[in-house]
Amino acid sequence: MNRVALVTGGSRGIGRAVAELLATKGHRVAVNYAANQAAADAAVEAIAAAGGSAIAVQADVGDPEAVSDMFAMVGERLGPVEILVNNAGITRDGLVLRMGVEAWDTVIETNLRSVYLASKAALRDMLRARWGRIISISSISGITGNPGQSNYAASKAGIIGFTKSVAREVGSRGITVNAVAPGFIETDMTGALGEEIKSAVAERVALGRLGQPEEVAAAVGYLASDDASYVTGHTLVVDGGIAL
Amino acid sequence: MDRAEIESKLNDLLVDELGIERDAIAQDAKFEEDLDVDSLGVVELLMALEDNFGVKIPDEEAEQITTVGEAVDLVEKKLAS
Repeated sequence: MNRVALVTGGSRGIGRAVAELLATKGHRVAVNYAANQAAADAAVEAIAAAGGSAIAVQADVGDPEAVSDMFAMVGERLGPVEILVNNAGITRDGLVLRMGVEAWDTVIETNLRSVYLASKAALRDMLRARWGRIISISSISGITGNPGQSNYAASKAGIIGFTKSVAREVGSRGITVNAVAPGFIETDMTGALGEEIKSAVAERVALGRLGQPEEVAAAVGYLASDDASYVTGHTLVVDGGIAL
Repeated sequence: MDRAEIESKLNDLLVDELGIERDAIAQDAKFEEDLDVDSLGVVELLMALEDNFGVKIPDEEAEQITTVGEAVDLVEKKLAS
């Protein structure tokens, strides 16, 4: 069944892989981006070139008004959002003793407040439709913790608690709410790290390598599909076995 | 739009959308205690009222609504403002 999907932070990395995968499954995809319009346009073009349907939509997902406008715009152009993928995320790493309030607040706002705002906006239409899928990208950092990432890990652990609570709130209305917790995935976010660190990480992974965005997207695709109709409140870890 | 019309629409929504017995509906009936509508059902009802009457009910005001009569009052107030 063709549905309307919105992927926040969908222009690059895991978000882009998710947007492309959902489009190949026949869904019409809104690719949200914060500032990099060129990347969003490239994602939309790639989807169109592969025979899919997508639009780009700019919004700062930590801003309530911007999120409300984004849903209105997507609703007008594609229809009510039926599959929401909360993917937008940033890092501002540093030891907690050296972490400024700004670094804390910015990460919580973009990574966690955005999940609340977008999910709330999406749920209105999902309740009307008595069907919906919310999938939020958490992180293994939110499960195991990670030195230098107290803000990021807190936001990602917050997503898991949010997911479980909302899953209980709306389960009776045919809406599932799940999270995916990626491990170390090769994206721009991890690209800044040197080869030495990457190979050291790879040694800790049971599968012996870093993950690819498409491997996370596949998990999101499953949770968005009818195959996952009885899965809710779950956090699906996609980390190659780093947290075993 | 007068109060009777709002009441009638609300009653229809309660019967059609939430499966409430029409006879059980009264102005002082509490959604959760008397009509067995769960808290999400109340949210859905208020959303349906927004859609039907073209009004906007902010979360803070929605939280105060516990009875059928209060919901009618709120929509009436919103339409008048």
